[in-house]
Amino acid sequence: MFIPHTDKERQEMLKTIGKDSIKDLFTDIPQSKRFPTLDLPDGISEMEARKQMSILADANNSCDEMINFLGAGAYYHYVPAAVDLLIQRGDFFTAYTPYQPEISQGTLQAIFEFQSLIANLTGMEVSNASHYDGATAAAETCISAYHHFRKKRGNIILSPFIHPHYLETIRTYLQSISEIEIRIPDISNPIDFKDAIRKLVDNKTALVMAQYPDFLGNIINYSSVSSFAHENGALFATIVYPIALGILKPPADMNADFVVGEGQSLGLPLNFGGPYLGFFTTRKELIRKTSGRIVGETVDEDGKRGYVLTLTAREQHIRRGKATSNICTNQGLNALAVTIYLSLLGKHGLKEVAYQCYQKAHYIASQIDKIKGFKVLNKQPFFNEFVIQCPSDAKEIQNNLLEKGIIAGYNLESDYPSKKNQLLIAATEQNTREDIDYTVNSLREVTNG
Amino acid sequence: MAESTVYELSSEGRLGIKFPTLDVPETELPINFLRDEVPLPELSELDVIRHFTNLSRLNYSIDGGFYPLGSCTMKYNPRINEVTARFQRFTCTHPFQPAETVQGNFAVMYLLQEWLKEITGFDAASLQPAAGAHGEFTGGLIIRAYHKSRNDDQRTKILIPDSAHGTNPATSSMSGFGIVNIPTDNRGNIDLRALDAACDKSTAGLMLTNPNTLGLFEENVLEIIDIVHKAGGLVYGDGANLNALLGIVKPGELGFDIMHLNLHKTFSTPHGGGGPGSGPIVVANYLADFLPEPIVGVIEEGNDEIPPLYGFVYPKNSIGRMKSFHGHFGIIVRALTYLLMQGKDGLREISDHAVLNANYLMSLLKNHYTLPFNRTCMHEFVLEGIWEDVHGVHALDIAKRLMDYGFHPPTNYFPLNVKEALMIEPTETENKQTLDLFADAMLAIANEAHETPDLLTSAPHNTPFKRFNEVKAAKDLIVCCSIPGKN
Repeated sequence: MFIPHTDKERQEMLKTIGKDSIKDLFTDIPQSKRFPTLDLPDGISEMEARKQMSILADANNSCDEMINFLGAGAYYHYVPAAVDLLIQRGDFFTAYTPYQPEISQGTLQAIFEFQSLIANLTGMEVSNASHYDGATAAAETCISAYHHFRKKRGNIILSPFIHPHYLETIRTYLQSISEIEIRIPDISNPIDFKDAIRKLVDNKTALVMAQYPDFLGNIINYSSVSSFAHENGALFATIVYPIALGILKPPADMNADFVVGEGQSLGLPLNFGGPYLGFFTTRKELIRKTSGRIVGETVDEDGKRGYVLTLTAREQHIRRGKATSNICTNQGLNALAVTIYLSLLGKHGLKEVAYQCYQKAHYIASQIDKIKGFKVLNKQPFFNEFVIQCPSDAKEIQNNLLEKGIIAGYNLESDYPSKKNQLLIAATEQNTREDIDYTVNSLREVTNG
Repeated sequence: MAESTVYELSSEGRLGIKFPTLDVPETELPINFLRDEVPLPELSELDVIRHFTNLSRLNYSIDGGFYPLGSCTMKYNPRINEVTARFQRFTCTHPFQPAETVQGNFAVMYLLQEWLKEITGFDAASLQPAAGAHGEFTGGLIIRAYHKSRNDDQRTKILIPDSAHGTNPATSSMSGFGIVNIPTDNRGNIDLRALDAACDKSTAGLMLTNPNTLGLFEENVLEIIDIVHKAGGLVYGDGANLNALLGIVKPGELGFDIMHLNLHKTFSTPHGGGGPGSGPIVVANYLADFLPEPIVGVIEEGNDEIPPLYGFVYPKNSIGRMKSFHGHFGIIVRALTYLLMQGKDGLREISDHAVLNANYLMSLLKNHYTLPFNRTCMHEFVLEGIWEDVHGVHALDIAKRLMDYGFHPPTNYFPLNVKEALMIEPTETENKQTLDLFADAMLAIANEAHETPDLLTSAPHNTPFKRFNEVKAAKDLIVCCSIPGKN
C-alpha cells in the first residue's frame, strides 16, 4: 500500500548498495537484540481499519447527539464547512515547517495573517506563530517574564481563578527553576484579586497573571491590577477567551504586557481536548525574550513582497542550551484553521457569535435562577459561562440529566473543595432555546423544584 | 504578483457567514466592558476559499513531490487517517464529558499506549506531550524527579553528544540541567573515552539520539548505556529517528530508560506545515510513577461479553500536567489507524525499506559528494555540501538549486559536526524512480558547481519567489498586515 517497492526493484537496489539482502543492512545492531518478535496483531486493510475505528468511535456519545453545557476551557462552537475543507488541501497539511521560504509562501503568509488577526483581536502589537495550547502558552509567558528581568525577579503571582489545568501546567513547567516562587492568593471571591495582590507584589515580582473572563465566567476589569504591577516594575498578563473579544474590550486596554489563550474556540473541533492551539501576543519591545516562531514580512531578490521565519536567533536550534524554550513543532495547521475561521467570520461574524453566546448564557442563567433551590452565584458580569448552586447533590443531578441526554456543565468541587454542589455552565451559539427550555424543565423535574 | 493579504482583500460591509436569528430574549450588555469594533477583515466565502487555495499553491508538500528533509521523516500521510480522525463521534467529544460517554476515546488511547510499549520495549506510556520537544521536556523532568526521589541532588548535568537532535540542549536547560557535550569519534559513534571521562556523580543522564543525526546506529550502544548506568545516570532516547528501528530493535531492550516518539514522523500523521504533532513518552517500570498525568487505564476488566471499563489513572509521583486536557487526541486517532493497518509485519517492512532507500540513495551519491562517515547508514545519511576544488559554493546553494529541479532540499547545516551538512532522509514510501531522479539532480548540481557555479549561488530560478532578504525581515520586524486606510 504505502511501500512501493517491487521484488525486482529491491534486488536492483541491493545490487547497487552491494548487499545480498536487506537484513545485511542491520549488522550494526547488537545481534542478541536484533529483529525482536512483536507481540502485535497482523496488519489489516484500509477497509477493515476504517470499520474498527468506526466501532471505537461509536462507543462514544458525541456532543451533537446530546445537549451540551460543558465549557471550562473548551467550547462547542459552530465551525463553518470551509474551514476543515481548506485545511485538507494536501499542499497545506503535508508540508512541514517553512524552512525554505521560496517554496513555502502559502504556509508563511497564512501564519503572517494569523499573527495579524490574533494581534488585532487582542489589541496587542505582535503575535507569535502559536504554542501547543492555552496552558503551555500561559506557562511560556511566565518563563518569558522571568527571562525579561534576566532571572532577577522570580516571584510570579497567579489568580486562583485561572483554569486549573493551566495552573497545574505552569507548576510543571516551572518546577526546575528553583529561583521561581509561585504565589496564588487564598481568596474565594474573584473581585478580591485586585486587593489581594497588594500584599503579594514586591520588587521581586516578575509577573501578575489573571484570566479574562475568569474560570468562573466573571468579567473583571484588571486595570488597577495592571497599574499596581507596573508601579512595582512587574509585568501583567491575561489569559483570554478569544470569542469574548468579539464584544468585550481587549485586555490591551488594561495595559496588559502579554495576552495569551486557547484558540480552540476559533474554528477547531473539540476533539476530546486536542490538538488545539495556544496563541501568544505581547508588546513589540518584549518580543525578543519570548519563545515560539515568528513570521516577518520582507522582499525577495526581485523586490517581491513575501514572508520568512524571523528572529530565529532566539530559538532552540540556534541558541541550543541558551534558548528560553525548546519549542520546535507547534500547531501550524490549527493556526491555519483559525486564520480561515477569523477571515470568514470577520468583523461582523465574530461579534454576532459573541453576542449570541452572551445572550444564550444569560437566558439559561435567568431561567435556572428561577427554579426553587437553584441560584446563579456570579456577582460580576459574566460572558457565556456562570456558576450555579444546586439544591442537592450536583453529581446526582448531572447523572440524572445525562439520562435525559444533557451534559449539565462542569462540577467545580474537584478543583475547589469549598464549592460544594456548584456547577459551571457554558452556552454557545449552538444551544437553541428549545434545548435550553428542555434542560431547565429537566432540572426542575430531577430536583422537584 | 504576490498574493494580497486578507486585510487587503477586505471590503467594508461584506459578509462571509450567516448565523441563525437569535431565539432567546435579549439581556443588556455590560456597557463598561464593550469594545468599539473588532478589527477583522470583511470577506465573502468565495473570497476566503480563493485566497487560501491560492496560498496553498505556493507551498511545496509531500503530496507535490519528494521531501527528503533529514530527521523529519516526511513519509506519505495516508488519507484514511484523515477520514477516521474526522469521525463525528471522535471530533465532537468534549474533554470533560463523563467517562461513560467517551469509552471509545479511552479505548483508542489505551490501544495506542499498548502498541507503542510493545514496539519500543518499554513498560509504561503517556500520550500527553504535544510534540517531540514537549516529550523531551517531559523526559527531562522525569529524570529530575527520579534523582530527587532518591535524594540524589548532586546530579545536575545532562550529557549530549554532538550528533544529537537539535532540541536536546534547550530541553536540558529547560529541565534545569547543565550540559556537557560529548564528541563523536572517527566512525561517527560517541567517543567512548570522552563519555567515560565525563560520567561522574553529577551525571543526571545522557540524551542519546539513535540512530544519531548522522544516520548511523551507535555501534557501542550497549557499552554506552552501561557506562551511564554505572555512573548512576539515566539514558534518554530521542525517538525522532525511530523510523529506522521498527521491528529491528526495541530501544527498551537495549537498556534505554525513557524515550519520546514522534507520531508525526514515524507513525504517518501529517506535519501540517509545522504541527500539530504528538510526542508520547515511554518509560521503564521504575519510572512509571513519574509520568505526566493523566494516563488511560483499565478500571474494570472486561470479558467476552462486556468490554473493559476504561478511565484515567494518575501516577502517584507524577511530575504533573504538561498541558491542558489529555494530549493530541486527533493525532492519536490517526496513528492508531496507521498501526492497525501495518500490524507486526508491516512495521518491520517500514524500517527495512526506509533503510534500503537511504542506503541506495547514499550509494548513488557518495562518489560525487563527500561522505564523512563511509558506513552502512540507517534511515538517513549526511553528505558535505562543499567540494575542495570549488570555491564560494555552499550547502545552502545546493539546497536552493534543488528547488529548480523540483525537489524539496534536505536539511542543511545540521548536524553541526559535519561541514556544510546535507542531511537526507528519503523514507520508505518513495519509489526507486523518484530516488533515481533525485540522484540525477544531485549529480547534475555537482557538475554545475564545478562548471557554472553561478547557477547555484543565484538559485532558485524557477520557483514562485527568489531568495528572500532575511536581514530586512529581522530589522524591520513587520509581523502584522497593515490595515488599508489605517496606517
